[in-house]
Amino acid sequence: MGTSFGRGGATTFQQDLQNSDCIVIMGSNMAENHPVGFQWVMEARERGAQVIHVDPRFTRTSAVATKHVPIRAGSDIAFLGGLIRYILENDRAFKEYIVNYTNAPVILRDDFKDSEELDGFFSGWHADKNGYTFETWQYKDMDMHGSAGQREGESSLAKVPSFQAKADALKNGEPPHMDKTLQDPRCVYQVLKRHYARYTPETVARICGTDPQHVIDVAEALCANSGRERTSAFCYSVAWTQHTTGVQTIRGAAIIQLLLGNIGRPGGGILALRGHASIQGSTDIPTLFNILPGYVPMPHAHAHDDLKDFIESEGAKTGYWGNMDKYIVSLLKAWFGEHATQQNDFCFDLLPRISGDHSTYRSIMGMLDGTVKGFFCIGENPAVGSANSGLHRRAMANLEWLVVRDFTEIESASFWYDAPEIASGELRTESIPTEVFWMPAAAHTEKDGSFTNTQRLLQWHHKAVEPQGDARSELWFYYHLGKRIRAKIAQQDEPFSDPVAFLTWNYPEKGATADPDAQAVLREINGWDANGKALSDYNGLKADGSTACGCWIYCGCFKDEVNQTARRKPGTQQSWVAPEWAWAWPANRRIIYNRASADPQGKPWSERKKYVWWDQENGEWTGHDVPDFNKTKRPDYTPETGAKAEDAIAGWHPFVMQDDGLGWLFVPNGLVDGPLPVYYEPHESPVKNALYSQQANPCRQEFPRTFNESNPSPSDAHGNVFPFVLHTYRLTEHHTAGGMSRTVAHLSELQPEFFCEVSPELAQLRGLVHGDWATIFTSRAVVEARVMVTDRVKPMRVDGKTLHSVGLPYHWGSRGLVTGDSANDLLSITLDPNVHIQETKGLTCDIIPGRRPRGRDVPGFLNFVRMRSHLDGRT
Amino acid sequence: MSDFIDLTSAGAESATYGADERDRMGFFTDTTLCIGCKACEVACKQWNQLPSDGYEFTGESYDNTKALSGNTWRHVAFVEQMEPERETGRWLMESDVCKHCTHAGCLDVCPTGAIIRTEFGTVVIQDDICNGCGYCVVACPFGVIGEKQEDHTMGKCTLCYDRLKVGEQPACAKACPTESIQYGVVDELRERAEKRLEKVQQNFEGAQLYLNDPNDGIGGGGSLFLLLDKPHVYGLPPNPIVPTKDLPQRWRTAGIAAAALFGAVVLCAVSRR
Repeated sequence: MGTSFGRGGATTFQQDLQNSDCIVIMGSNMAENHPVGFQWVMEARERGAQVIHVDPRFTRTSAVATKHVPIRAGSDIAFLGGLIRYILENDRAFKEYIVNYTNAPVILRDDFKDSEELDGFFSGWHADKNGYTFETWQYKDMDMHGSAGQREGESSLAKVPSFQAKADALKNGEPPHMDKTLQDPRCVYQVLKRHYARYTPETVARICGTDPQHVIDVAEALCANSGRERTSAFCYSVAWTQHTTGVQTIRGAAIIQLLLGNIGRPGGGILALRGHASIQGSTDIPTLFNILPGYVPMPHAHAHDDLKDFIESEGAKTGYWGNMDKYIVSLLKAWFGEHATQQNDFCFDLLPRISGDHSTYRSIMGMLDGTVKGFFCIGENPAVGSANSGLHRRAMANLEWLVVRDFTEIESASFWYDAPEIASGELRTESIPTEVFWMPAAAHTEKDGSFTNTQRLLQWHHKAVEPQGDARSELWFYYHLGKRIRAKIAQQDEPFSDPVAFLTWNYPEKGATADPDAQAVLREINGWDANGKALSDYNGLKADGSTACGCWIYCGCFKDEVNQTARRKPGTQQSWVAPEWAWAWPANRRIIYNRASADPQGKPWSERKKYVWWDQENGEWTGHDVPDFNKTKRPDYTPETGAKAEDAIAGWHPFVMQDDGLGWLFVPNGLVDGPLPVYYEPHESPVKNALYSQQANPCRQEFPRTFNESNPSPSDAHGNVFPFVLHTYRLTEHHTAGGMSRTVAHLSELQPEFFCEVSPELAQLRGLVHGDWATIFTSRAVVEARVMVTDRVKPMRVDGKTLHSVGLPYHWGSRGLVTGDSANDLLSITLDPNVHIQETKGLTCDIIPGRRPRGRDVPGFLNFVRMRSHLDGRT
Repeated sequence: MSDFIDLTSAGAESATYGADERDRMGFFTDTTLCIGCKACEVACKQWNQLPSDGYEFTGESYDNTKALSGNTWRHVAFVEQMEPERETGRWLMESDVCKHCTHAGCLDVCPTGAIIRTEFGTVVIQDDICNGCGYCVVACPFGVIGEKQEDHTMGKCTLCYDRLKVGEQPACAKACPTESIQYGVVDELRERAEKRLEKVQQNFEGAQLYLNDPNDGIGGGGSLFLLLDKPHVYGLPPNPIVPTKDLPQRWRTAGIAAAALFGAVVLCAVSRR
């Protein structure tokens, strides 16, 4: 979404779904995993909206949808491609919207070659380095910068020489070559048309294992419910992201929503439903290795020698990323305070540098290899919850120290004496060197703080009770850990200690436990001006060091010295947008890019879909929400050529974060695996790619090693050894890896045992008995589960072949009131190349009746399985 | 004898609370809005501090608590209805609860007076009076009541009497994210249910209301339901009748029989003499 629109967050908010005329839920089991937000889908349905659920399984979401479309796990890009082709071939795009608001008319370089021409590859492919260079993906005579994703140079992390964009070639706010009639064969619109020409309903149905009529019906529902008078929304969650093609799947939805003119408008948008509380927050103020707060990239060890260099290469010339200097300098001031001065580059040198991929799975490999020696395991339970959890247990068993903070002693803290590998004799407690520190954590009711939810909404929670015993908040832990490290460092006086010694680390402490004041932290995130007064929005940030701001997109959350995130004005006392309930980034906007809710002249597209519009009389943008646009910039504002930052964005270009202010149907920069989505099979698939000879995403990130073997796929030798599709998922009744639900009686009794969902046909084929046990295995692991034979699972016809699937909820582990094998043991660690997310939603497996082998028979069984597929420990 | 007749015929409308009497409160459970999240089950157990019913995988779709019981006062039923070709299908979900009958068999038969009709017209077991005899269990046509494992008294939904007393709605209705469980004045709920049925029937032919008729075998429920199929599909009795309904007639018959018997004995004695 970041690469398509400019920001990596949901474009709308859940309450706005009630205004939709059609909601497509795909890659998400929203009713089960987001039941509270789902009330707005139900509201829309009751108001007459179509609710379409496209999913391999018939779930509780399908049960209340107006239509369920079954497709094969991992075939989403093909299905979305079918919808895009329908829109283009039948001329159903919202012309006025795409001509003005997207890059549909932009002419591309002559040397760009599409995947249709190169059998699944774009131009710029380097087979020897397994990666792309991006030069040929650029606009004609204009290099693009990209407001999110892999900015130029970062592809070199892994593989290929960096590409340096020189984007400031806008002519009066528009790319130099455009054809607003959309007829030029090199314009994005025509490139799209050719790219998707082969995604016919029949072809798509053959790949997805569904009925061609379903493709037509869904496409028609979307087209009929888009335009001036009507809008459609997409909801997705981790069943889109957790694929080796995850980012490109979401891109497919972005293309549809741009073509139909549904972004920035009420009842439209793409709602990214986050996996659990504050996941959005943990990328905004990131726990990720490659970004700093507010999606500012992390400096690279070799590319960014000084601050100027960093701003030059990472900031854009045009659009809001043209203010990179203000964001980074204010961040450095917030972190290093008085130590950060103009003379020392505001301590830019003290920021850590990345030198490659340091993502979580890469770190796990480092643990196995002995290069990563310590691990803070907080807010996760990788021994149950991460892909190939067995490999995680082995990795943690090879550390010097491990800190686990949780409510209870979860599997990630107890693996050293009760892991399945102990039972099988592969690990021995006395040989595990890891020193494990289990530290009790305070619950959200026991601490002050904020959650940033799925719709970019920061909601404050107050401490209701003191945490019991030794339990402490996360903030307490990090703050006091920092204080102790600083005390030790202070005695050493070594230059390497500067990054920690110079940090501003002085929050007020409260109560008997000296808990730091969480509001003081929020205020620092909001930032202050030269007089120490809280800033009211990011337009107040300066690059001269006079302002400090811990996260520029959160600037305004402490406006007027008031904790805006703690506002709880009831919905009945304000408009349906409820702008006074908590606070949303950026600048309390609930629907972003909302300039697009008005036509190019600034008038609402229709009375029914009125949201933000230009008030000619007062000379400003106004409406139901905070305008996501310079408030007084006229709709006909034409920038001078050479204008910088937001001044370069034309009055009719709503996507203000982008270099050109346009929604990107075609992404010239920011994605390592192509400017357009291409259909590839999952890394492990029982069928061949019907469209290209390239089977899977050529850029996917693989970690071939013992215990992370890949099941062979067709065209590999023994590609039929694992004949069934495996996918994992969650249930309403449990919380992710179970640490917060398997310990609670009221939740545990609702789903007490690990089970597999299979069709009656597969049960008959393999002799599985309902309620009895089944053994499921891949080349990584073997697990057992109770059998649930259900009509809700239906075999699919894919390319003339019957394909069965095994569905596994993944909540169980060795501890808690209810225990069971962990489905995630079965998975492989193979990742999307853009965001390093694992593929959990489409793999292969086999299933047999009865209980699994036990103890030392497990390695023997798995050796036999690997021999059968002739795996020698590598892919 | 006359006491029994009063109790059974009076029902929920009969107030003995005088000025303290309130509107009769109840539930309208609209199953067309239920997403089967079981938040009602959990909220109920949490508020009423009920233990789990055990950790058993039943294989009955996604239902592992099986039925209403002494420890489970809200229960979500799951019914899978797929067509033979499975092109289309339904997965029905229904949150079941005590019906708070107008004529409540449990209340009629309770020998200790533990079961009362509250000022809200609801039926509540007072667990400090209940002696666990279990008469109410067999007197309930819905199988709502069961024994509580902890203290061997009988348990069922109280419509969160303690919450109602302070002006709060029952925990389950509060927790329901989709307004499938609606709480309110029973008369208003009945009207709402009728209107809702009209709308739903446009799309679902088999949709029907359950326990909304004051002339049915229990005098209508304080809990009403909108179902998408026949009651028995959800495991609900199609035509529930309070077992104490015929009690006056039975007492009368028994009285006549006793009188006849007495007469016969007297006659016998007289004739012997």
